[in-house]
Amino acid sequence: MNLQSVWDARVQCAAVVLFAVGFSSLLLHRNLFKKIIGLNIMETASYLFLTATGYIRGRTAPIVTGSAAEAAKYVNPLPAGLVLTGIVVSVSFTAVMLSLMIRLYREYRTLDLDEIYELVHSDPKEGRA
Amino acid sequence: MDYLEIMLLAILVICGIFTCATKNLMASLIIFMAYSIIMSVIWALLQAPDLAVTEAAVGAGISGILMFVTLRRLRDIRDAGGKQTDEELS
Amino acid sequence: MKSFREWFRDWDSGRYDLTEMTASSGEAFREDPDSGSSRWARTEVFSIRADVTGTFRKLYPVMSLILCAVIIVFLLYTVEALPPFASADTPANAGEVSLRYNSMALEETGALNVVSGVILDYRAFDTLGESHVLFAAAVAVFILMLEPTKGAGPETLGVSPDTVLEGTARVLGPVIAVFGIYIILNGHLGPGGGFAGGSVLSGAMILIRMTSRGRDGKGLLSMKGYRIITASSLIFYSLAKGYSFWCGANGHETIFSAGEAGRIFSAGLILPLNIAVGAVVACTMYGFYSIFTGGEV
Repeated sequence: MNLQSVWDARVQCAAVVLFAVGFSSLLLHRNLFKKIIGLNIMETASYLFLTATGYIRGRTAPIVTGSAAEAAKYVNPLPAGLVLTGIVVSVSFTAVMLSLMIRLYREYRTLDLDEIYELVHSDPKEGRA
Repeated sequence: MDYLEIMLLAILVICGIFTCATKNLMASLIIFMAYSIIMSVIWALLQAPDLAVTEAAVGAGISGILMFVTLRRLRDIRDAGGKQTDEELS
Repeated sequence: MKSFREWFRDWDSGRYDLTEMTASSGEAFREDPDSGSSRWARTEVFSIRADVTGTFRKLYPVMSLILCAVIIVFLLYTVEALPPFASADTPANAGEVSLRYNSMALEETGALNVVSGVILDYRAFDTLGESHVLFAAAVAVFILMLEPTKGAGPETLGVSPDTVLEGTARVLGPVIAVFGIYIILNGHLGPGGGFAGGSVLSGAMILIRMTSRGRDGKGLLSMKGYRIITASSLIFYSLAKGYSFWCGANGHETIFSAGEAGRIFSAGLILPLNIAVGAVVACTMYGFYSIFTGGEV
């Protein structure tokens, strides 16, 4: 691995590390709330990666200031446009996950996924206990 | 610019790790909101002001508030459930 | 000396207290079979058998940490193999699409902000889908949260009275709301647009809602108002963009001209579409908050 090129792309490396951190949170924690936060971190990390792809050093944000537009003056507007809609949608599905979590907590009085599994498993009406 | 970027990235990764490692849910949520704010500053540095504004409003504001309200609601459900079982027991 | 497994058990006992640092007792909630409140268990959603044996439990955290380390290493190798960061010659940045957007967006859409031009003119169909996703998510949250359940705790979350907070919110709320509206209306001239402005506006509405006491859970917006605003915004968006696509496909001139760049009434459809998207986003976020606090929309 060439360390110099990794250091040059440090924004993308930070995005990759954050993605893995969020993923490990998703795997390791048995608490549903921590899983949701880990998923949020994964989302933000992937957005950071996309945005870093469109960045060009020495150029400004794609907002036309002069009279005519020059393509060589601005960064790539395409990843920003894609991520912008993704951020808002990620909030909406965070809300869906949170409401599902509230429903689960109402039923089982716990956020622990293993306990929920056990409670479902030992449900007397299921006859599987 | 470079030093600021390196510093912000370091704080970002630290915030991300501590968000996942903190045991207390409320503390973890507050660190997550700090993470969102730092992320929005990094997006402003990466010349994406639209994303910075949206993330500052959405990540640190709306989704943080939603999670706070969820925690409060879970606590209310837990307290109400505890009282109910106490009444049933007595 | 604790073993790793014991340490991990202590760290991730799964039983978190919601607000305090101390670990809660975390008693398992056993319901009696006659209460009839175990609907979720019978819906077969979670009927996977939890075959968690001892070996699996012991190996699981170690294996998942190893997996995450492997993911980091692989992705870092991938990052190293990617085109150089912040360079103008990468395929993503030197591609035809982004070059055309940057050079022609002002002429073709009339928007000074190229990102707004991209998401509301070139790729408006994508944004239409996103707005509908927001609406669908709001409907899902309403279905999940509005079902009456017995013994589910207090229906509305009370806010403890605080004079300083209330006075601050009374001053700050309208200012933030005006700022959000400015961001929505300024979407084609500067940074911002429907998504950012709608979020800020909904933040102001949430602030006002949070600190206004004694209204019995009623908010700024009724359910009927929410339905009318969201549905009319989405219908307007669909019709306007459908007209625009029809004209573009058949080579007609639209009645929405690009106008003089830099004016507020310019850039054709972008300003009305920004307003529609902002209305949908603001109403959806505010609806999420008010449903989560247990009141009406």
